[in-house]
Amino acid sequence: MNIFSHARRSLGQSDPNFGAPLDTTHGTILYVEGVTVSFDGFRALNNLNLYIDEGELRCIIGPNGAGKTTMMDVITGKTKPDAGSVYFGQQINLLELSEHQIARGGIGRKFQKPTIFEALSVYENLELATAADKRVWWTLTQQLNSAQKFRIDEVLVQIGLQEHRHKNAGALSHGQKQWLEIGMLLMQSPRVLLVDEPVAGMTGEETEKTAELLLSLAGKHSVIVVEHDMKFVRSIARKVTVLHQGSVLTEGTMDQVQNDPKVIEVYLGE
Amino acid sequence: MLTQRLLLSDRGGMIVLGLVLLAMVLVPICNLLVPETSALHVSTFTVTLLGKFLCYALLALAVDLIWGYCGILSLGHGAFFALGGYAMGMYLMRQIGPRGQYGDPVLPDFMVFLNWQELPWYWQGFDMFWFAMLMVLLVPGLLAFVFGWLAFRSRVTGVYFSIITQALTYALMLAFFRNEMGFGGNNGLTDFKDILGFPIAANGTRISLFLASGFSLILAYIACRYIVTSRMGKIVVSIRDAESRTRFCGYKVESYKLWLFVFSAMLAGIAGALYVPQVGIINPGEFSPLNSIELVVWVATGGRGTLFGAIVGAFTVNYGKTIFTSYSPETWLFALGALFVIVTLVLPKGLVGLFNRFKKAPASSDAVTANTTATEKNPDSSTSKEAV
Repeated sequence: MNIFSHARRSLGQSDPNFGAPLDTTHGTILYVEGVTVSFDGFRALNNLNLYIDEGELRCIIGPNGAGKTTMMDVITGKTKPDAGSVYFGQQINLLELSEHQIARGGIGRKFQKPTIFEALSVYENLELATAADKRVWWTLTQQLNSAQKFRIDEVLVQIGLQEHRHKNAGALSHGQKQWLEIGMLLMQSPRVLLVDEPVAGMTGEETEKTAELLLSLAGKHSVIVVEHDMKFVRSIARKVTVLHQGSVLTEGTMDQVQNDPKVIEVYLGE
Repeated sequence: MLTQRLLLSDRGGMIVLGLVLLAMVLVPICNLLVPETSALHVSTFTVTLLGKFLCYALLALAVDLIWGYCGILSLGHGAFFALGGYAMGMYLMRQIGPRGQYGDPVLPDFMVFLNWQELPWYWQGFDMFWFAMLMVLLVPGLLAFVFGWLAFRSRVTGVYFSIITQALTYALMLAFFRNEMGFGGNNGLTDFKDILGFPIAANGTRISLFLASGFSLILAYIACRYIVTSRMGKIVVSIRDAESRTRFCGYKVESYKLWLFVFSAMLAGIAGALYVPQVGIINPGEFSPLNSIELVVWVATGGRGTLFGAIVGAFTVNYGKTIFTSYSPETWLFALGALFVIVTLVLPKGLVGLFNRFKKAPASSDAVTANTTATEKNPDSSTSKEAV
């Protein structure tokens, strides 16, 4: 990558006007159309089309290598596709934006492995995730205002960590870390939440709590969950999308999907 | 509020700064007022030595800020130190005026020797002290900005970044060795006569330089504390621990790294500028890649991620070096290498971590201090102590 493309990217880029209400007149908040991504000839995504409605809870399943994580990388700006378009609402072209801008704009992402700031307290983790001015010079003097503190308290209750607010995040259990990460997404006031394998490694009880949490978020936010655990998907899913070899194999309710012969063949068959 | 946040909540820092202040009071008294026959007399040689250590401490502080808090291991900070030093050296050369060997009113000796007829454009303005001081900040800052801008935007991290910083300082060393560069070649800049009109070797000047180094160290320390206790400081620690998470929280990670790197380079430049008049010479050897590695060893020995640990490390290792090299100079490098291995294996948190272990401190202060200082800022952190 040469210097000039760097310069263009960093100088020409200003934050899009996220303050304006997102144009979702057709009820769709995220448009992924004809997206293709190749790594050294391997097509991780192959002409993928996916539409997410406002406020819906969508589960995405698929065998390993189906392109689930790559799809999230494309939406959050980590990977630029070779072809296709990704729109947030009807106006904002996500392919022109970088990761931090997309995050500021209201698309939050939870990683597969819980990724939190282990050296900081639970409270500080949420503080850093708070939607606020995130330019360097501002953060030198910024303090939380009372509305933001109130919001942190709300989220602490929502993710069930109010008793651990001053605990070091590194000392939390695996499940608690996952919830904290979801809480950090909520602090960004996101429109869309991308949640990658939220219940991997969780106990049965923790899984149930997570299902409740995600269900309570749908409606206010659009939630996209990528998960392997079929029992869990069944417990939360309204609409399921099956990915296979980088494109959508089928979409529908869990029952429809499970009875689809194509799905049985590639994924559930064995 | 602010003093609480910057100083009172930082015990180790208070102790170290207190010792520096104490030295700044006692050393001038013992040098100027106590007669030379007395056992309490501090020689001018010692004053200069301590002044040098203060400059090293400032340099170590600069490295600790980016390495300990942001996880950027720069193995080229010696370059910023040397550039600050050269800017100061150029001012001191211009001060010599017609008193040089060849008696040229404007040209420094080495230029006359090279048969140069006039001063190169980049030597203009260095006869003015304020201009030279501005360059002490700007030259390292600008280099760090350009270098960091390219590196961080391309997401060069970890060991790759360390290697290219080594290459940077090595390249600068080779460049400054060349006579045509106009910085005195391998002899560098030396034979300084006076600074701001005061003779450079006089006792009073040495004491003033020592005090200036002390004040700079204290001010820089407070500035660094301000940064690491602000929200920016927490973000920087977050970048160290989970860079992609920070990015997906909406922070432009490159900008944070870049500005911290520039600030750190400027601190290193100040350290170099204070160092040169005290040792009386600056030559391309200061760019040697080994210097930059050595100063990382100081920080590791003191304890990275605690600002005062860097100061402790710089003093201990350099004091050790002074003692060691007077007995057995050839083996010093082996000792340094051994020290680094031992610290890495036995004392991952450095000397500061060792003290904390003896104190049987609660778990919170055992963790990297960046994190404790942050919790202490919270008004109701007493509950957190109990929780831990």
